[in-house]
Amino acid sequence: MNLHLKVWRQKNKNAKGKFVDYEAKDISTDTSFLEMLDVVNEELIKKGEEPIAFDHDCREGICGSCGMYINGRAHGPQVGAATCQLHMRSFKDGDTIVIEPWRAKAFPVIKDLVVDRSAFDRIMAAGGFISVNTGGAPDANALPIPKDVQESAIDAAACIGCGACVAACKNASSMLFVSAKVAHLARLPQGKPEREKRVMAMVAQMEEEGFGACTNTEACSAECPKEIPMDVIAQLRREYIRAFAKSEEKV
Amino acid sequence: MSGFFRFIDSSVGKKIVMALTGLFIILFLVEHLAGNLLLLLNDNGKIFEEYSAFMAGSLNIPVRIVEIGLFFFIIYHIVNGVRLWWGNRVARGFSYKVNDPSENSTFFSRFMIWGGTIVFIFLVIHLRTFFFPYRLGNPSNTMYEGAVEAFSNPYYSIFYIIALIFLAFHLVHGFQSAFQSLGIRYNKYTAIIKNFGIVFSILLCAGFALIPLYFLFNAGGN
Repeated sequence: MNLHLKVWRQKNKNAKGKFVDYEAKDISTDTSFLEMLDVVNEELIKKGEEPIAFDHDCREGICGSCGMYINGRAHGPQVGAATCQLHMRSFKDGDTIVIEPWRAKAFPVIKDLVVDRSAFDRIMAAGGFISVNTGGAPDANALPIPKDVQESAIDAAACIGCGACVAACKNASSMLFVSAKVAHLARLPQGKPEREKRVMAMVAQMEEEGFGACTNTEACSAECPKEIPMDVIAQLRREYIRAFAKSEEKV
Repeated sequence: MSGFFRFIDSSVGKKIVMALTGLFIILFLVEHLAGNLLLLLNDNGKIFEEYSAFMAGSLNIPVRIVEIGLFFFIIYHIVNGVRLWWGNRVARGFSYKVNDPSENSTFFSRFMIWGGTIVFIFLVIHLRTFFFPYRLGNPSNTMYEGAVEAFSNPYYSIFYIIALIFLAFHLVHGFQSAFQSLGIRYNKYTAIIKNFGIVFSILLCAGFALIPLYFLFNAGGN
């Protein structure tokens, strides 16, 4: 199949970017979206042009790095998939595909389709951790956790931090990401010691980074490659209210 | 800022404020509709006038207190909503060339600021027609006569009905969103809250729309 691409090209953080047209020729419907870009880049390199920069690593839907906005959707039209899991059979021969980087003030473009997602790292550093003693591996069943609790925690822990929630949200809010992390740890006994401090610190850092506020459009959950459910956001609100109610700070 | 004010001004707190003020305004709307439906009684407004005299009575202390609260909450809801909208616009920064939000969210959820703006314009005109002259001014006729006169004007009635449609749009998302903002979302209730909110929004706004429609097609009320 042959495709017309309109790709956002931006030299560096401070440069003014623009859309550049490329032709992707003789693409197999079985190639992944990233492989299609590889083919286009091969051609660019042959012609002595600068290849399109995009983030990618595992190419099996678990690292969360291949973030790009494809025809108005985060990670393209496939539901519950990262860009690497999107295949060219989702498109028709002769289609025009517009490829843009994630757009959020907190995710500045570094180059072409690559954005700086270190804001997520700083949110995690603010509270997305537990304190445990290192040393020998603990006995497997020393801490009893019911299966349903464990499963709901793992559902939240499935978040890969790709930033599709921010990209798809009309408010560029990172609420789904932060909520997934807060819910994951709040649902397990290991997360309890820092429970109140964690939610306060992570929300404060999220605001500091310049992400928007959640207005419950649910776009994040619909576009999430790991299909993190909206109930984690409700849980973050409950955790936040609880932490405020329990805080020793003066009213 | 002390703890409480920092809490209600955080990104989570602002939405809690939107939810609580919104639900309070919804309760007011239910009361307002119940009272206004008295206009439809075929008694030339006798019972409606008794009701409005009771509600407007200066010695009706509970209603006076709630009224001050209502105005405060409406203003807070509007100011807070505009601040949220502006902050969220700034958070995006650079817009997408191609964006297809209809694939992942409802029209109503993305229309809140605009539906809200139309309802606000309606509110100003509504207060100018009824609240200011009849509560604060020296009216030359009764409120019932004022309503009959206002709604006999087809342009005024049509404007009301259009504004009510936008109010329904605002409530379709707002009702269920309020619960989500307060953290009330459990799988077994989600569908009930969402469906109830839709039915409630339509019935409430249809109920209000009955009044201009009644006077428009039944000018004079008798």
